[in-house]
Amino acid sequence: MALLSNAAALLGKEVRTEFRSRELLGTTIVFVLIVVVVFSFTFDPTTAESRRFGPGLLWMAFLFAASLMLQPCFLREQVNDTLSALRLAVQDPFAIFLAKIAANTLFLLLTELLMLPVFAALFNASFATQLPAILLTFFLGSVGISVVGTALAAISAQARMRELLLPLLLLPLLTPILVVSTEVTIRLMQPEPYVEWKGIGLMAGFDAVFLTVLWLFGEYLLEE
Amino acid sequence: MLRRITLGALAIGLVACATYASFYIAPEERTMGAIQRIFYFHASTAWAGETTFFVCFVANLLYIWKRKPQYDWLGVTCAEVGVACITVVLITGPIWAKPVWGIWWTWDARLTSTFVLWILYICYLLLRTLVDEAERRALLSALFGVFAFIDVPIVFGAIRWWRTQHPAPVIMGGEGSGLDPIMKKVFLFNVLAMHVLAVFLIVERYFLEKTKHDVELLQREAEAR
Repeated sequence: MALLSNAAALLGKEVRTEFRSRELLGTTIVFVLIVVVVFSFTFDPTTAESRRFGPGLLWMAFLFAASLMLQPCFLREQVNDTLSALRLAVQDPFAIFLAKIAANTLFLLLTELLMLPVFAALFNASFATQLPAILLTFFLGSVGISVVGTALAAISAQARMRELLLPLLLLPLLTPILVVSTEVTIRLMQPEPYVEWKGIGLMAGFDAVFLTVLWLFGEYLLEE
Repeated sequence: MLRRITLGALAIGLVACATYASFYIAPEERTMGAIQRIFYFHASTAWAGETTFFVCFVANLLYIWKRKPQYDWLGVTCAEVGVACITVVLITGPIWAKPVWGIWWTWDARLTSTFVLWILYICYLLLRTLVDEAERRALLSALFGVFAFIDVPIVFGAIRWWRTQHPAPVIMGGEGSGLDPIMKKVFLFNVLAMHVLAVFLIVERYFLEKTKHDVELLQREAEAR
């Protein structure tokens, strides 16, 4: 229980820090918008083509955005050496990860939700009937990205060339999430949409596996 | 030293015999012809590479647990030898695929997961070059190694789920698969040869890493004086 209450307090801190400046969210949303627009030049965005390529480019944009957005979550703590204070404050270091994962998932989901209507309008896609399934896909995808991304942000924050290193480590590790979430979203964009539960299950499995790995090994990532 | 030379000679001898066996002893495959012979080299190297990565994973776990630099040396050694093996696999595969399938590459589960595996371990080696302090480098790369190794089966599963045109496995596949008995013997001999070669490379590279560590210690001692 202490873990959850610690994590909740830290989540409050993460969210407060972000919403004071809204730097990260603002930049990320504009970045995703730019990626989506730039990608649309690489193919003919008719309705049929968009159905095939749209979900892939949407998830690519989210992945790119995440690889930039996850960067500061540990770098911020390094500036004033607040990470040591955080570690002293919590009983279980996993609470720090839990809070950061929750915050990153929240920021990613916010970006995704803001982008969804824009994407639907630009590419003439209709999600209205499948909204719950879309939200579930977005949620599971974001959790997966955040879990792996937060762990790798902790790694890359301790290396040189960290800005370049995080996307390098993160993107290949997130291949399963990219493949599955794209396929699930493609099926939800069909003229006769349906929910691919296998895919949803696989994403949930990915999230669970990496959350467990992080729970087992997370404390070593924060060692000094 | 003598033991290492013997191991090297054994590895070279075995690889030479295995190459001879796959060219002259194994029967010619009916439909594919001579090009099929690359399979002995290709698949056995892949097996050796995968074994090496598994050892790397175990070494990573042991490092996190015990914190002995030896496990770190073993980890980086296995990652390098594994990357070398998989590079061979990724080159020999397309050489075989072009005449047989008519294409150099297809994005099926096994090819893609091998490719991702290769990229992940290159990232592992890259990460090591970007952390200066030895203990931190060892710990961070061990942790990344654990993540990478766990990811590969999920990549395989995820792609297999959606893109199912992959060729059926010949070894340990379902019913109807399987090799001619002589082919199987030649193949297993190749697997043995490649594993011995991998062990030889690992031992050599391990001692190189150890020497590097010793030199660093001596340098630090000399500077302190």
